[in-house]
Amino acid sequence: MKFLCLECDEQMRFAERQQPGDGTFAAAFHCPKCGRSVALLANPMETQLVSSLGVKIGGRTLDRQPMELARGAMLGRDDAFDDGKGNDGGKGEGGRGKEPLPAPTWSADATERLERVPNFVRGMVKRIYADYAKEHGLAEITPEVMDRARSELGLEGL
Amino acid sequence: MSFRTYAQVSGTDSSGLADQIAAQRAQVRERLRSVRRVVAVMSGKGGVGKSFVTAALAARAAARWPDRVGVVDADLRSPTVARLLGAAGPLRVTDAGVHPATGTGGVRVMSTEFLLDAGRPLAWREPGAEQFVWRGTLEAGVLREFLGDVVWGELELLLVDLPPGADGVADLAALVPELTGALAVTIPSDEARQSVARALRAAVEAGIRPLGVIENMAGYRCAGCGQTNPLFPGDAGAALAAEFGIPLLVRLPFVAGAGPAREAAGAERIVEALA
Repeated sequence: MKFLCLECDEQMRFAERQQPGDGTFAAAFHCPKCGRSVALLANPMETQLVSSLGVKIGGRTLDRQPMELARGAMLGRDDAFDDGKGNDGGKGEGGRGKEPLPAPTWSADATERLERVPNFVRGMVKRIYADYAKEHGLAEITPEVMDRARSELGLEGL
Repeated sequence: MSFRTYAQVSGTDSSGLADQIAAQRAQVRERLRSVRRVVAVMSGKGGVGKSFVTAALAARAAARWPDRVGVVDADLRSPTVARLLGAAGPLRVTDAGVHPATGTGGVRVMSTEFLLDAGRPLAWREPGAEQFVWRGTLEAGVLREFLGDVVWGELELLLVDLPPGADGVADLAALVPELTGALAVTIPSDEARQSVARALRAAVEAGIRPLGVIENMAGYRCAGCGQTNPLFPGDAGAALAAEFGIPLLVRLPFVAGAGPAREAAGAERIVEALA
């Protein structure tokens, strides 16, 4: 998929994506020459089609998780997976050779919201939000941080 | 107004989808690099004992190659091979990926059996409606993850137990271009012959090498007197072998109450053929 600014005859660049609700997927592109922006709005069917492929419009901002599609999209048993480290999943502080960072804390509201995520995928979801918070230097994960992560990372349904 | 074509606009793809699909393929290729043989077990027809044969074959192969045999249960909607091999979850997850369950003889197994609630069908969280449109895409994605996200390690043989039908083998070939070949399982009846012939034709047209035919339920063996009597009319195994110019590897009689271990002698012949 490419977007062309007809005024400038310049390929537009991906800027951000959001899932504002109702299954809508929005992706914004801007022209590097004139700055004009456009938004692609995909209907729920088109959104699902892309999700089914296990890909993210505009590219990934976080590493793929093992069996992401099966764990996130399939209805299944809560105890199917065991990451061996609670919900941290082996990607804790310094887990990938980065500088050790303090683990972000979870506000009560955020914890309550996380508990509504099925056990089946909760560990993976928690890890994604924790990684997001660390990458953005956030000490606490709140529902607002979760919303922002969802929008920026295209985490439908999490 | 005239537009340039996609290719004429020289910049990279803004969606990044093509790169991600390519990365998914690369992940499967990389993961299977340590697997010496990937063999599909297929049949155009359901109920011929394909999973039973797969389990017997895996158990026998594990005797030859201890801890170096794996099974992917690609029959996502009706998984049975894990249970036949005595493999159970939960599945351990590490940074390296999802570790397969271990069954009889150390056979490494991945199956939706470990993921689905007991007695529940394969179902998806989203969307609530029109699932038929992308169900196939989701299932293909899960099979890709079974191949590419599972820590298979060094294997001599990875068997892929395909669902009944003619299209599964072509999908597998698209995911695994290095597929060693396919074993076809049939029962003696002419109806099975026609159905399996379609599946074999699909395999050949997808560029897959048919390795041979296994005729299951080739007669009924009396547990009391040991005599084998006809069970189904027909000679589908021999007919398919002749039609496709491939060997009839083994004819396995039905023995009431016997588990996959009873296939030992026949399975050994198939393992010999694959070795």
